Amino acid sequence: MDGTVTPSVSACPACAVAPAAADVAAAARADDSAPVLLSVPGAHCALCISTLEKGLEKLPQVRSARVNLTLKRISVEAAPGVTAADLIPEVARLGYTAHELDSGMLRASGTDTTGRDLMMRMGVAGFAMMNVMLLSIAVWSGAQDATRDLFHWISAAIALPTIAFAAQPFFRSALAGFRAGQLNMDAPISLAILLAAGTSLYETWNSGEHAYFDAAVALTFFLLIGRFLDHRTRAVARSAAQELAALEVPRALRLTGAGEAVVPVAELAVGDLVRVLPGARVPADGVVEDGTSEIDRGLLTGESLPAFAGPGTALAAGEMNLTGPLVLRVTAAGRDSSLHRMADLVAVAEAGRGRYTSIADRIVKYYAPGVHILAGLSWAGWMLYAGDMRQATNIAAAVLIITCPCALGLAVPAVMTAASGRLFRRGVLIKDGTALERLAEVDTVVFDKTGTLTEGRPEPTNLGEHPRETVAVALALAAGSSHPLARALAEAATSMGIGPAAVTGLREVPGYGVEGRCGERSVRFGRAAWVGAEAGADTAAWLRIGQEPPREFTFADRLRDGAAETVQALVARGLRVELLSGDAEAPVAALAQRLGIEHWRAGVLPAEKADRVARLTAEGRKVLMVGDGLNDTAALAGAHVSISPATALDAARTASDIVLMGGTLTPVAETVETSRRAIRRIRENIGISNVYNLIAVPLAVVGLCTPLIAALAMSSSSITVTLNALRLRR
Amino acid sequence: MEVLAFLIPVSLFLGGIGLAAFFWSLRGKQYDDPEGDARRILSDDWDDHPKP
Repeated sequence: MDGTVTPSVSACPACAVAPAAADVAAAARADDSAPVLLSVPGAHCALCISTLEKGLEKLPQVRSARVNLTLKRISVEAAPGVTAADLIPEVARLGYTAHELDSGMLRASGTDTTGRDLMMRMGVAGFAMMNVMLLSIAVWSGAQDATRDLFHWISAAIALPTIAFAAQPFFRSALAGFRAGQLNMDAPISLAILLAAGTSLYETWNSGEHAYFDAAVALTFFLLIGRFLDHRTRAVARSAAQELAALEVPRALRLTGAGEAVVPVAELAVGDLVRVLPGARVPADGVVEDGTSEIDRGLLTGESLPAFAGPGTALAAGEMNLTGPLVLRVTAAGRDSSLHRMADLVAVAEAGRGRYTSIADRIVKYYAPGVHILAGLSWAGWMLYAGDMRQATNIAAAVLIITCPCALGLAVPAVMTAASGRLFRRGVLIKDGTALERLAEVDTVVFDKTGTLTEGRPEPTNLGEHPRETVAVALALAAGSSHPLARALAEAATSMGIGPAAVTGLREVPGYGVEGRCGERSVRFGRAAWVGAEAGADTAAWLRIGQEPPREFTFADRLRDGAAETVQALVARGLRVELLSGDAEAPVAALAQRLGIEHWRAGVLPAEKADRVARLTAEGRKVLMVGDGLNDTAALAGAHVSISPATALDAARTASDIVLMGGTLTPVAETVETSRRAIRRIRENIGISNVYNLIAVPLAVVGLCTPLIAALAMSSSSITVTLNALRLRR
Repeated sequence: MEVLAFLIPVSLFLGGIGLAAFFWSLRGKQYDDPEGDARRILSDDWDDHPKP
C-alpha cells in the first residue's frame, strides 16, 4: 500500500511519532466531512452491532453509524464539527470502551486497494482454472485429433490472457529481484508459468499431445491465494499498529498571553510555558515554574514510588503528573528532549540485532538456483540423449511446474494467517512478519517489573494492622484525593466495609498530602516528612491524628493479572526467566520471590537493560523481552523478539514486535506455544510438499510426467498443506 | 460432436456470469467486513421494513 505510514521497527520509534502528529493536525484542518473513526475493541457479536449502531443513530448529530466487526471499528457520519471526543462518552454510555482513531492516518488502510486487486486477480485465475480444467479433463479422458486440438486452442484462449493479467504480481516481483541482482522465490514461479504457457502454445500449434495450460493457470491461482493470505495478515497487523499509533496523539496545553491553547507536542519550543494537569503526561523536558505535585516516573525509570515536584524540579517528557497542576518552562523540545536521547539508544540497540532471515527466505536461497539447475540439467540430458529440442523443452517445463514452490508460496502464509488469526482473537497483535518465527526460537525471557509484571497500581498491604477507627479517618482523608496511593487505600478500605469518619475542612496540599479536622484534632495523611515521620524502605503513606505518633500505611504494587501463571508456565517450558527493574532493591526482591524468579536485578538503568540483553545474546541466547516503559525501549529493540502491553508508552509499543491488547499477561505463554506449533506446521508443510516432489520429480525428469500427473501432484500438495495449516486455528 | 459448438460457448458464458458477479460484489465492498456480515444476518432489526 502506497502512502501509508510505515509503523515498522524504525531506527527511532519516537521520531516517527512527531511527524505523524503533524500529519494528524494537518488532516484535521483539511477535512471536516470525513467520517469519525472509533476503535471498539469490545465489540464481538450481532447484539453489539445493533446496540452500537442504533444507539449512535439516535443522537441528533449523527447521520449514520456502521460497525466493522472484522476490524472492530465504527465509522460515524456526523454533522460537521463533531469529533471523536464528543462521541466517545456516548459509546461509553452504551457500555463499550472506544478509542479515537485518526481518519487521516487510517484512510489509506481503510480502502485496501492492494488487497482488492489481489482478490480480483485471484477471481480471474480461479474462473480460468475451472474452465481450463474442465477442458483438460476431456483431453485426459481420451479426446483425439481435431477435438483435442480444439480443446487445447480454447484452453490457450482462456489461459494466455489470464496469465498475462493474473500473474503480474509474480512477474513484477521477479523482475525487481533480477534488477537487484537476486534470485527470489518469484523467479522460478514466473519461469515455470511462462515456460509452461510457451511450450504448451508451441505444442498446440504442432498438434502435440500434452499441453500444460491447466497447470500454468492452477499454479497462478494457488500462489495468488498464498500471496493474498500473506497480504491480509500483514494488512491487519499494520492497520492495528496504526491504530495504536493513533491512540495517543501527543498534545500539550501551551500558556500564551491570551490564555491556553492546545498544540501538538511537535510545535513546542524552548522557553514555552506549558500547563500539565493532574493525570496528564509531561509533554517535554522542562523545569517546574509554579505549583507543587507528585510525579510518577514509572514509565521512564521503573521506580514505583512517586517523587515530589515543586518549583525548580526538572521533569522529563513522559513522566506522569499525579496530584496538582504544574506550570512547566520547556528546556528541551523535539530532537534534544530526553525522549530523543532514548531514541538514539534504541537505534544503537537495533543495529546490534541484525537482520533476521525467515525460514522461507533461507530455503529460497538454495531452492531457486537448485530448481533452475535441475530443469537445465534435464533439458541438457534429453538433448544429449534424444537430440529433440521440442521434447527436451517439454520435459524441462514439466520439471519446473512440478518443483514450483507451492509449499513456500502457500504453506507459509497459510500457517502464518492461521496462527496470527488465532492470536488476534486472544488479544495478541503480531506487528512483524517474522515475529512468530523468532519467538519460536526463544530460550530466555526478560521481564520488566513496573507496568509489566505489575500493573503499576499500588495495593495496601498492612490495613489489617491498624484499628478500624484509624482506617476510617485515613479513608475520609484519602477519599478526597486523586493520588494513586490515596485511591488504592480508599478502594481497599471501602471493600473491607469501613465507612469514612467525620472529617471536616478537607484540604489537599499538592505534593504533600491531605489535611483536615476530625473533631478537636487536626489530621494529616501524606508524605512521611510532612506528617513528621521517618521514611522507611517501603512505598508508604503516613497518617497523624492530633499528637499521636504517625502511623504507616504500606503499599505494594499490584500484580498484573496472569503474571504468576505466565512466569510459572514459561519456567515449566524450560525457559530461563529474568527480571530487570529500575526500581529499588526491596520491592524487586519481594516481587521476584513472590513469582519465583531466580535471576533478578534492581536499580538497572535503561542502557544497562539493553547491555544485559546484548550480553545474553552474545552468550548465544535468544531473548524475549517483555516491557512497557521508555526505559525498556532500547532493550525491546535489541532483543531477539519483544512483547509490550497495550498500556505501554507508544515508543515502547513501536519498538516491540508483539502487542498484548488486553490487561492480562496470560497470552504471553500461549503466544510462545502457538509460535512453536506454527513453526512445526511450516516444517511439516515443507516436508509434505517435498514428499510430493520426491514422487513426481523423477517422473518428470525421465519424461513420464503427463499434465494429469502434474495437476494431481500440484493440487493435492496445495490442499494438504492448507488443511495442515488450518489445524492451527483450533 | 457438433453439440460442442453450443456447449462450450454456453459453459464459458455461464462461467463469465459468475466472474462478473464476483467483480460486482468486490466493487460493492462486500469483502470488507466478512465477520460483521456473518453476524448481521442474526439481527432482526430490519426484518419488518428495509433500512431507511
